[in-house]
Amino acid sequence: MIRLLARDLRLAVRAGGGFGLALAFFLIVITLVPFGVGPGSDQLAVIAPGILWIGALLACLLSLDRIFQADFEDGSLDVLATAPLPLEGITLAKTLAHWLTTGLPLTLVAPILALLLNLPSHAQGTLFLSLAIGTPALSMIGAFGAALTVGLKRGGLLLSLLVLPLYVPTLIFGADAVRRAVDGQTVTTPLMLLAVISLGSIALLPFVSAAVLRINLR
Amino acid sequence: MSLWEYANPRKFMTTTDRMVGPAFWLAGICLLAGLIWGFFFTPNDFRQGATVKIIYLHVPSAMMAINAWVMMLVASLIWLVRRHHVSALAAKAAAPIGMTMTLIAIFTGAVWGQPTWGTWWEWDPRLTSFLILLLFYFGYMALWSAVDDPDTAADLTSYLCLVGSIFAILSRYAVNFWNQGLHQGSSVFRAAAVTGTDTEEKVSNVFFLPLLLSMAGFVALFIALVLLRTRSEVRLRRIHALETKERMA
Repeated sequence: MIRLLARDLRLAVRAGGGFGLALAFFLIVITLVPFGVGPGSDQLAVIAPGILWIGALLACLLSLDRIFQADFEDGSLDVLATAPLPLEGITLAKTLAHWLTTGLPLTLVAPILALLLNLPSHAQGTLFLSLAIGTPALSMIGAFGAALTVGLKRGGLLLSLLVLPLYVPTLIFGADAVRRAVDGQTVTTPLMLLAVISLGSIALLPFVSAAVLRINLR
Repeated sequence: MSLWEYANPRKFMTTTDRMVGPAFWLAGICLLAGLIWGFFFTPNDFRQGATVKIIYLHVPSAMMAINAWVMMLVASLIWLVRRHHVSALAAKAAAPIGMTMTLIAIFTGAVWGQPTWGTWWEWDPRLTSFLILLLFYFGYMALWSAVDDPDTAADLTSYLCLVGSIFAILSRYAVNFWNQGLHQGSSVFRAAAVTGTDTEEKVSNVFFLPLLLSMAGFVALFIALVLLRTRSEVRLRRIHALETKERMA
């Protein structure tokens, strides 16, 4: 499992830029927002929590097809499925690799990009924390969607349609935590609910994703 | 004699053949009676005026929008556990009907909300969760049409329905949480005004009896449409089988 994780990480970093792309996309979304809504810093500060979360969510979404698609096309997924490691473990390792190359970097750069949107500095910590707690859920849910659409030729748009409604609760709690931090309220409740979604997804979704992969490999 | 006998497509077809007609008649009678009674023979609400009468379309369709998804969930579970094809086809057949019910509920709600609240749309928890439900229906139907192999499609959509149900419920409560932070008072009042359950407790019998009739009509209509659509799905499957056989010969 660790070897598979290392392989996926190496592939993500070395082979044709999935790794930096999500970050660059996140930066572009954050850059575009002021063009759309105007450069007033008060205005930007109000929408910053939502925009930062939506940007991270979209960046995560666009890199989802990387989890299974390439391995499905060149047949390595079939080989992996016959390996002694159960498919659930493979799913978990590949999702973890996705999180390490997408969710984690997004979390790390979000406080820096938050400066561009004039997010109050006392909310920076909560933004970092909420993304750190929430992005694993985004990766797990996304892996389920990627497993559903892996056999399809033009699955990209369908993948978004399937995954985005599933992202709603995560987005609500994550963005709400940051908004509360901006207003100076306590952020424990949304963060804990966010952790519930993340932990629940990590515990249960690998089984569903693996079941779905088995159907698609049939 | 058990319920599982109807998993046999032949048995299902002969039984439902006798059921579809009566179900449509029942739906027609209930709807006609309920709606005419509701629209013409109930007094106007003293504050809302005649707009209150849209309740006879809004509440039943909203109820069926949710019940259709529950039915799809049950049918999907039966397919995953017992592999009865009729069950998978019934889930497929119910999805567009549920989606239409959701659309009707949202549309009638908007038409009612315009004169009453002064807005077509409000990001109220209940409205928002219906919009999310609509998105789930879209995704479900899109996945059905995207996968070529029927058994694979049934499996994948069943799992989507399973996971989707959990996240739909999560969203339902998350949305509550999200909007309470913005304006608590009005959302509670509005939520209570729109819900089926609350109106049932508060609405006087003059309004309630035709509403009940119209709800029964919607249930019968849903059953009739699902049976009809499942029957055509079964027939479609048979035609495909025949065509494949011809091509082989």
